[in-house]
Amino acid sequence: MSKILNRLLSWTDERFPLTQAWNEHIGKYYAPKNFNFWYFFGSLAMVVLVLQLVSGLWLTMNYNPSSEGAFASVEFIMRDVSYGWLIRYIHTTGASAFFIVVYLHMFRGLMYGSFKKPRELVWVIGMAIFLVLMGEAFMGYLLPWGQMSFWGAQVIISLFGAIPVVGEDLALFIRGDYNISGATLNRFFALHVIALPLILIGLVFVHIVALHKVGSNNPDGIEIKYKKDINGIPLDGITFHPYYSVKDLMGVAVFLIVFAIIMFFMPEMGGLFIEHPNYVPADPLKTPEHIAPVWYFTPFYSVLRAIPDKFLGVVSMGAAVAILFVVPWLDRSPVKSIRYRGMLYKSALGIFVVSFLVLGYLGTQAPTPMGTFLARVFSAAYFLFFLLMPIYTKLDKVKPVPERVT
Amino acid sequence: MNRLMMTSLLTMVLWGSGHVATASEAPTIDLGHAKINQADDASLQRGAKVFMNYCSGCHSLEFVRYERLAQDLHITDEKGAVYTNLMKKNLMFTGDKIGETIKIAMRGSDSALWFGVTPPDLSLIARARGTDWLYGYFKGFYRDDSRPWGVNNVVFPEVSMPHMLLSLQGLQEPIYETHVMHVGTETQVTKQLIGLKPGTKGSLTPEQYDQVVNDLVNFLAYAADPVKLERERIGIWVILFLVIFLAFAYLLKREYWKDIHD
Repeated sequence: MSKILNRLLSWTDERFPLTQAWNEHIGKYYAPKNFNFWYFFGSLAMVVLVLQLVSGLWLTMNYNPSSEGAFASVEFIMRDVSYGWLIRYIHTTGASAFFIVVYLHMFRGLMYGSFKKPRELVWVIGMAIFLVLMGEAFMGYLLPWGQMSFWGAQVIISLFGAIPVVGEDLALFIRGDYNISGATLNRFFALHVIALPLILIGLVFVHIVALHKVGSNNPDGIEIKYKKDINGIPLDGITFHPYYSVKDLMGVAVFLIVFAIIMFFMPEMGGLFIEHPNYVPADPLKTPEHIAPVWYFTPFYSVLRAIPDKFLGVVSMGAAVAILFVVPWLDRSPVKSIRYRGMLYKSALGIFVVSFLVLGYLGTQAPTPMGTFLARVFSAAYFLFFLLMPIYTKLDKVKPVPERVT
Repeated sequence: MNRLMMTSLLTMVLWGSGHVATASEAPTIDLGHAKINQADDASLQRGAKVFMNYCSGCHSLEFVRYERLAQDLHITDEKGAVYTNLMKKNLMFTGDKIGETIKIAMRGSDSALWFGVTPPDLSLIARARGTDWLYGYFKGFYRDDSRPWGVNNVVFPEVSMPHMLLSLQGLQEPIYETHVMHVGTETQVTKQLIGLKPGTKGSLTPEQYDQVVNDLVNFLAYAADPVKLERERIGIWVILFLVIFLAFAYLLKREYWKDIHD
């Protein structure tokens, strides 16, 4: 039996680089041996992507992308389709889980300097993934056609109207109508299930190809490729398979336990993962008391609200995402990892995390004078983290980096 | 019109010029909260009875099927077959078939004319509003002669619905606090609702009425999330499986990593 399989393998290898690809990316891909907790989130993001693709595929089998039928078809899935509720809750929980995992993955990058040379492109591609993911989530949120779906999309798309000269036409072009309507729903459905997932998969692929070209960073921020044994194998490297495949399997198990607890016992997550007003069908004539985007957009939404001018607010919100792309060129520190950086970067990153969380919280709340004041303070802190980065990373007192990973 | 709507919307959302006014001005009167137990068949069946007799004239449950309702509430024989005749006699008043969803005969355009608003479908109301809100709503009706139906509501000010459970609860009287404000030379008198007191008696004692309301809210919670019990039952097994899986994954990892550390 194994003889036949071996022959089949060499037959394939002569025609397709199967063994070569396996070795390059899994079997003989050498990763640093000192990965810690923060290195689970890359593989988890991949797991969530697969969960979303598969559950999404099954949802489309019963979903009706029309303004007349969308809301009812979602309830049909929840009640009449066998285990439809399970598929839908996987998808709604998965959407939030995706952002949790991706935010932690990005934070890991900021902490250990994974964006620094030679991994600038890995970071930039990752940011593109984040951007597409936001588009994917935004369009997906319109599909249940509830009140928050409708009014959330209404608010966000009308923001394009703030752009001088072309704004109103642009908003009209995006909506395909003068108001959010069935036409908008149809195109968002098409983009959500075909265009953006394809782009997402493509970007994830090049993200990994780029990563494997330069090799993984690690919590010490040391290039393991500099210290190799006589066979050319990094001294501090271990093969991805079996070491990290079994370790990540453990991470996946823990993740799925948390995922299952939320999905089976609190799928709405207190109105964070599924907002309560979204159980009311979309009504263009009735504005909800308080329109808030889903939690993963709220930090950026807070930045938007903090600026007392619509156009500048939109620009700031865009800038809050865009500035992440250039982080590799803002950081002037000679070391990568936070372990060997000084107090300046440590405090800056701490303030940044607090700002992000506070902005996120404020974005879920109705605006108050105090809230607006705080949003302004923390928006400023958010941007200063990036804008002052070239200065404080240069001034920062760094510690000597060891030769080998610890 | 569209531009106007958009502009006002944005002003409202972005800079909060006094929206949620109704919510913040509404008096906070504690009306208690609902005890939800979807495993309590008797409570759900009583709730279904109240709903069908007092609510289903105007409010549909267009995502709930009679048959599924009967199955979930165990209006079934030992083998699990639905008592169709029992359902038809006691809970189905529209001549629908058992496999159909719970609809109403009243046309939306008519009811909009009669009540000022079409009574909403209530399939998901418990998830949209929350069960405590519903509990307060059913207990929050009071006499207000300025309203078309002679009643107003604590948690839903200016409500368009008559107090359907009036014959059970009786009519509560409002307690107002009068505020006199002198603005310049003018004197403004406003009255604020600070509580409710019993007025005319209904056919039930307050305790019995609380029970009826709780049953009704429990039933609406079921209607909004009929899969809850099954979901939690399956969830336990899934998590149990994953915990065992984690144990094996950990042992596997430990075995492989034995020779790595230092």
